[in-house]
Amino acid sequence: MILVSAFLFGMLFALGLGIGGMTQPARIIGFLNVTGNWDPTLAFVMGGAVATTFVLFPLILKRRAPILDERFAMPERNYVDAPLIGGAALFGVGWGLSGYCPGPALVSLVTGASPVLVFVAFMAIGLAIANRYVRV
Amino acid sequence: MQAFSVVTPLLGGVLIGLAASGLLLYNGRIAGISGIAAGLLPPWDRETRWRLAFFSGLLTGGVILSFAYPVAFSLPPRSLPVLAVAGLLVGLGTRIGNGCTSGHGVCGLARRSMRSAVATATFMTTAAITVYLIDRVSPALR
Repeated sequence: MILVSAFLFGMLFALGLGIGGMTQPARIIGFLNVTGNWDPTLAFVMGGAVATTFVLFPLILKRRAPILDERFAMPERNYVDAPLIGGAALFGVGWGLSGYCPGPALVSLVTGASPVLVFVAFMAIGLAIANRYVRV
Repeated sequence: MQAFSVVTPLLGGVLIGLAASGLLLYNGRIAGISGIAAGLLPPWDRETRWRLAFFSGLLTGGVILSFAYPVAFSLPPRSLPVLAVAGLLVGLGTRIGNGCTSGHGVCGLARRSMRSAVATATFMTTAAITVYLIDRVSPALR
């Protein structure tokens, strides 16, 4: 059941990304282009997503445990440090260069198009390097 | 500003929020895509299975979109070398910074996490600066 549930929510997540416009990198770049011809569309995607989780997460976390498991697996660290800021800064540069963040890039693999394959291959290399050499 | 529609972005956003909330309610896990992707690479552990299931769901959703709503997909207006560098930066950065748009943005802000708020503000800022630089200073980078 845990796997079925993860599968279904992964599918729903992908549908949300696609319907919202997150799998169109030119739109992301248009949204990030705040000093130019700004495309505000994605503010509604992120606003809709965060508004939903902002209301539901606290209600869900009042439970002692999730429905299918014994405990919630939550991030434990709550302090701001240099790797957090440096990593986020690097990610932002990559996001701005391409218009892809990880979720939309993975969903776009189904197009089989070489720009997506190249991006995801190098993203995997980056993740693997950081997995190996950086304590996370 | 360009002409834009509000309904599909809002609907897409709510679906993303419901998916992240559902994964938390049923599985007790954070829907952080970079962490899920990193967990698919070795070394594998007990968490790998659900991550693989979620990833399979993402791809299945992608297949459904490509048949039912093919306009959802367009390709980045960038050259392959630029995309390679971008992919590497996204992989390194999300792993070092412990999250991306989904983990820090959609889930972290909902948990009222200071780490995630700082991370989100940081990557939104550097992303906007990058787009500005490409747009104004170096169109050749496209």
